[in-house]
Amino acid sequence: MAKFQRKGKGAAPEISTASLPDIIFILLFFFMVSTVMRETTTKVSQHLPGATEVKKLERKSLVSYIYIGQPKRAFQGMYGTEPRIQLNDAFARVDDIRDYITSEREKRDENERPLMTTSLKVDENTRMGVVTDVKQELRKANALKINYSTRKVETIN
Amino acid sequence: MPRREGGTFNAASMADIAFLLLIFFLVATTMDIDTGLSRKLPPMPDPNAQQDNKQIKERNVFVVLINAQDQLMVEGKPLDIRRLRDEAKEFIANPNNLSNLPEKELREVPYFGEYMVPKGIISLQNDRGTSYGMYIKVQNELAAAYNELRDELAMSKFGKRYEHLISEQQDAVKDIYPQIISEAEPKNIGGN
Repeated sequence: MAKFQRKGKGAAPEISTASLPDIIFILLFFFMVSTVMRETTTKVSQHLPGATEVKKLERKSLVSYIYIGQPKRAFQGMYGTEPRIQLNDAFARVDDIRDYITSEREKRDENERPLMTTSLKVDENTRMGVVTDVKQELRKANALKINYSTRKVETIN
Repeated sequence: MPRREGGTFNAASMADIAFLLLIFFLVATTMDIDTGLSRKLPPMPDPNAQQDNKQIKERNVFVVLINAQDQLMVEGKPLDIRRLRDEAKEFIANPNNLSNLPEKELREVPYFGEYMVPKGIISLQNDRGTSYGMYIKVQNELAAAYNELRDELAMSKFGKRYEHLISEQQDAVKDIYPQIISEAEPKNIGGN
């Protein structure tokens, strides 16, 4: 049994910080396991629309992303304010999507390819024209599983 | 002067190192779970294949049009988005067997036996000028209509919500209310 020898000695006992690194390491491991690396920095504004009937996107490793929106302020000088498509880290044109899908497909295992999903992260204020073009390209590339990325909200309007 | 007793070393800076690593991971990673509406695009029509002229009866199609001003036209009449869900539910289920709403077909469905399965499909068409926000709202309302119908059916048959059913039961419910939203080729009327 523990003996409380220092009791009543007067000076406040110091807290041992020896276990502090362990606590921090536990936190660190928690974050390492529960998060994924940020792969791209978005160069287009991303205010996603809200929806109530959302589903979680499973298997993040099988998801490729297409970002569409107005270029952020820093890029507006070069790319203007019309909504643009971003693939990986660069602005792209509609014609580049097919190559992008092909290269994404190459990266995956043969038997996982049919499960691949394309997530469309489109800004609310984009017009459907560019989205439709992207969808047509995806159809041509035979990447038919898509996901309209939305925020989860309780009610709309 | 640091005391050295039997090879112990000062571990005080260990915490700082761990903190640095922790902060690095906090900054470099994301934790947001991606959510969204999953859809399947129709495959590109084969140019060599023969035009398939299968006509779908007008009563079986629920036409939803969105114009460039984000206004909705449903079955030839302007409609407020807030009423779209109920209208869609009414159409899909056709509870009173009205003659202007979709036909039903007697089909064998697991768990349900012979069941009158409605044959309605939803056709969604938007303009190139429609805003994406509006498009998602409409998609969401249509999905909600299907989900509510499935929930109601699951409730009356199994006494549970659709999401709590086992997958065979879910498939049976899905058989009765398959989510068919067909998107026509886009058109450009409103400019842009």
